[in-house]
Amino acid sequence: MIQFAIRRILLSIPILLTVVTLIFFLMRTMPGGPAVAVLGDYASQEAVEALEKQMGLDRPLWVQYADFLGSLVRGDLGKSIISGRPIAPEVGRVLPYTLQLTFSSLLLGIIFGIPMGIFTALRRNAFSDYLGRTLSLAGLSIPAFFLGILLMLVFSIRLDLFPVLGAGDILNLWDNLYHLFLPTLTLGLMMTAYITRTTRSSMLNVLQEEFIRTARAKGLRERIVIYGHALRNALIPVISFIGVYAIVLIGNSILVEIVFSRPGLGKMMIGAIKQRDYMTLQSVMVVYASLVVFINLLIDLSYGWIDPRIKYE
Amino acid sequence: MSDREKREGEKGKLWRTFKKNKTALVGSVIVILVITLAVLAPWISPYDPLEQNILSRLKPPSQAYLLGTDEYGRDVLSRVLWGTRISLTVGILSIWFGLVVGTAMGTVAGYRGGIVGSIIMRMVDVLLSFPVLISGILVVAILGPGMMKLILTIGIVFVPRFARLAYGPTLTVKEREYVYSAKVIGVSHLRILTHYLLPNILGEVLVAGTLWVGTAILTEASLSFLGLGVSPPIPTWGNMIKTGIDRLTTAPWLSVFPGLSILTTVLAINMVGDGLRDITDPKLRI
Repeated sequence: MIQFAIRRILLSIPILLTVVTLIFFLMRTMPGGPAVAVLGDYASQEAVEALEKQMGLDRPLWVQYADFLGSLVRGDLGKSIISGRPIAPEVGRVLPYTLQLTFSSLLLGIIFGIPMGIFTALRRNAFSDYLGRTLSLAGLSIPAFFLGILLMLVFSIRLDLFPVLGAGDILNLWDNLYHLFLPTLTLGLMMTAYITRTTRSSMLNVLQEEFIRTARAKGLRERIVIYGHALRNALIPVISFIGVYAIVLIGNSILVEIVFSRPGLGKMMIGAIKQRDYMTLQSVMVVYASLVVFINLLIDLSYGWIDPRIKYE
Repeated sequence: MSDREKREGEKGKLWRTFKKNKTALVGSVIVILVITLAVLAPWISPYDPLEQNILSRLKPPSQAYLLGTDEYGRDVLSRVLWGTRISLTVGILSIWFGLVVGTAMGTVAGYRGGIVGSIIMRMVDVLLSFPVLISGILVVAILGPGMMKLILTIGIVFVPRFARLAYGPTLTVKEREYVYSAKVIGVSHLRILTHYLLPNILGEVLVAGTLWVGTAILTEASLSFLGLGVSPPIPTWGNMIKTGIDRLTTAPWLSVFPGLSILTTVLAINMVGDGLRDITDPKLRI
């Protein structure tokens, strides 16, 4: 296991390097370059050149690239073009909000999704199964921002139960949870839909297996067959999919942060695009990339941990 | 003759199974309805979607304005209908772009194999691990806003997805006897790709492509909602929701109706998808 883990961790380094390189070069393909993106199309040649010099864009590309990588290794994400402030502390300030939202939603999805998946699989083609399937399909089809708006409309505006905007004080637990509820419910309901579907389909597959028939034939109680034999096997693909969904969740958290005006990486990124702050955009993208690579690493490691066959490959 | 009969028999059987699958059938009817509305939008819209009427600003749904009016007095129903046109156009064209480029990439990578093939696929895998929305935001930040650029953006995001889809079957099909025979009698690589490999993988690619139109519509709506897609005054479901969100307390209909349109359309496409999956893979039956 340890050998498998080390190999997998080492493998993430070139993956991360590829993505970071891709982001670096893509940012340099902006029409007219980043300086024009900041100053606008009608900026004078002198102004563009001056800003390029200030941003270090007049140096050869490979020097810029080496500098960029060197800074990243030191944990330096550069300075915002607009405010001139270093980006890393700002990322450090908003990242907990995004992580908090992502993990709480994922947790909600797991808590509701897995039991619902089992429940609908065991009642296949009954009314409750159809209802569960339709609801989970709807959860897959609704845009996160629209679900957020609907929940806000009902719980904040009509019922006045929860705050409309903001994230509250992160150090004040109650205030924090109070603000977190609706955004988490939005993404959590979507995750519930995803996880219900996967669990149901995986359960149905496993229930058809020979070893389930054997377990039943030897007279085991149905509870033991379902929870002891079927569920354990059915959860293997579910856990791997939960990792994939976590990545989808990170994408959707951008929309929810905008709807609820919560601080977070997504809000920071959209703000950077609006202000044409390409340095901030580039840095936020790198942080997102690292998160995605890290989650993929966790998926693989958990897979190796759950399914013993993986380790020996 | 007997082969043909057999094929038609299989098709007939597929159609019968499809008809029995109520979810898929209802989904298909809704999809056809939405497409019809999109095509007929110029004729069935009660008002001009861009026509402003200051006297009837922010009117709630009524007989004169079935879905109410917006802050410029424009009819929401007409804007939703025209929005259908734009959302479907962006969804379909972007998937078409992704399908053509991605399938070409995946097939060539699979057929040529070697280092180039594996480098392409490694890149594809890395790109695939990113959420559609984040990739979309990155590309749109580089390309800039506008409808054509949005189509291109979403298309680019789907390229690796189609490449991955086409790659697997290509690896299998290229090992078949008739591909070897074609090579032996001197058929060119291009002809082998287009006449021997593509017909075998196109079915699967087209089915996935149809279903991904739903995801593309969601992506378009999300980008437009973030202000990175089609800009107002041209109506799209996403930008209508975006402008409506500021008036959620006083005029919720501005956001709710375009949102329901997205939900209905994408849900219908997903229903068809579930039905198709049930038919092609009866073991899964999600």
